[in-house]
Amino acid sequence: MTTTPHPKATPHPQAARRSVAPPTGVSVMETVGLNVYYGGFHAVHDVDLGFERNEITALIGPSGCGKSTVLRCLNRMNDLIPAARVKGQVKYHGQDVYAASVDPIEVRRRIGMVFQKPNPFPKSIYDNVAYGPRVIGMKVPDMDDHVEQCLRRAALWDEVKDKLKESGYSLSGGQQQRLCIARAIATQPDVILMDEPCSALDPIATGAIEDLMIQLREEYTIIIVTHNMQQAARVSDRTAFFTARPDETTGNRTGLLVEYGLTSQIFENPSDQRTEDYISGRFG
Amino acid sequence: MRTARRNTVAVDAARQVTLSQLDGSGRGGKWKGKVFSAVLVACIVIAVATLAAVLLHSFVKGFPRIDLNLIRNMPSSLDRTTSGMQSAIFGTIYVMVGVAVTVVPLGVSAAIYLEEFADKNRWYVRFIELNIQNLAAVPSIVFGILGLAFIARGPLSLGFVAYAGSLTLSLLVLPTIILTTREAIRAVPSSIRQASMALGATQWRTIWKQVLPSSVPGIATGTILSLSRAIGETAPLLLVGATVFVTYNPDGFFSGAFTTLPTQIFSWATRPQDEFRILAAAGIIVLMAVLLAMNSFAIWIRNKFTTEW
Repeated sequence: MTTTPHPKATPHPQAARRSVAPPTGVSVMETVGLNVYYGGFHAVHDVDLGFERNEITALIGPSGCGKSTVLRCLNRMNDLIPAARVKGQVKYHGQDVYAASVDPIEVRRRIGMVFQKPNPFPKSIYDNVAYGPRVIGMKVPDMDDHVEQCLRRAALWDEVKDKLKESGYSLSGGQQQRLCIARAIATQPDVILMDEPCSALDPIATGAIEDLMIQLREEYTIIIVTHNMQQAARVSDRTAFFTARPDETTGNRTGLLVEYGLTSQIFENPSDQRTEDYISGRFG
Repeated sequence: MRTARRNTVAVDAARQVTLSQLDGSGRGGKWKGKVFSAVLVACIVIAVATLAAVLLHSFVKGFPRIDLNLIRNMPSSLDRTTSGMQSAIFGTIYVMVGVAVTVVPLGVSAAIYLEEFADKNRWYVRFIELNIQNLAAVPSIVFGILGLAFIARGPLSLGFVAYAGSLTLSLLVLPTIILTTREAIRAVPSSIRQASMALGATQWRTIWKQVLPSSVPGIATGTILSLSRAIGETAPLLLVGATVFVTYNPDGFFSGAFTTLPTQIFSWATRPQDEFRILAAAGIIVLMAVLLAMNSFAIWIRNKFTTEW
């Protein structure tokens, strides 16, 4: 376990809607000097971030700034892209998830993920939730009970309790996304990654997901990538702002972290001009 | 494959005609277009009319012999009016069961490897892919010669038995199964694979629990269409021992002479006596009925189990 508090996390005395404790020194997840390459293309440059327990951290920035890439490094989903290479460290409770001895399957069991477009399996609502525990061989005393608990936590139980045997595709987009959240928490992860979870949803469904995220924060560490700055301001405790810097020789855009701090500070009192320009809508 | 290419050419031509009619381009474009459309319609009429004529002719001629004797009796050159085709029906069943149990695991496994595991940038993967497509266009008699040299005789030396026929036909339809299965696997969105992997499932579990179940309709359709191609093949079977006159059923997959429906029909059709020609027509009706049943089953499976993404 490393105990270094995050260097770029600036505690803010007048923390906004919720009193956010200053970093305890034990981040649930941490990236140290994270660089990502796709073949010869340098996608992300030197990212240092710490993600705290029971907080929502938002990663924001213009398109192509590498925020989704960073998110997908956290549970090693970038391994699925053949040309992707990762340098630096991604620590989960102090353990580097890219260490040679670590099985990416184990990492993904502990760090759940919700995708941009709702992607339920073409199975029943019940089987969608039960799939994770079943494939990883998790000991569940009563699967019916476990499925109900997960659906309740995802604020979906009341809407689906009478049709658990129906296909996940019979639900609306917002319900499908909550089903995907229920599915992600069914394997009892302690971190949930969300890659623009509301970008395919209407404002009402988005509101429901945001409420849900705030509830889930009590039990999980949530990291969300979003294009929607209002969303970041509404739900997150900390915000990391990324931007893309064109390479002088090749013109390829490399993503880099500009500023990381409490959401209130990033939105009200950004310390970097680029952050201020983006927040105030001058670019991006 | 070749049919598909021909279809593409026809479709392209038809589209050109439509487009030239729309913008009125070319001298006398409209007139030429009309002639061309007429030619195309004529082609369709010829194709359909020929098929209908063959079917109608067989049906009218063979209908009197559609009776239980056909199933109950063995082929006979003495009792022409009561001669049956039991050995051919059993032979076809043996051969087709052999094809199904051989080609489905082989073809589906190959397709899974090529779609999910193989690195498509490697030269040898592309070489294999190209050759599978070429293989689908090889005339069936070539597979017959291969079967004679390597399966019935040569390295495998199975002899002239039903399974030698099965293996030969398996080679014949293997490319089709691989290609249709790959299409079915490719139709499963990658978001499903990612969702499964993100839950901590291994790649193997993801394929087994998500990809394959979702592609079952496509795999089943491809399999049945391939089997219905195999069931009608005659030429390659003649080379690996489907003898034209067998009055007993096969002893098993690996022993005893065998014959099949198309072989039996071929044999009868070449006889001078009219009774045998009637028998051949009756055989065609049976074969057509089996084929139509298989194709309908394929369509039913596709419609019933298809997933809307």
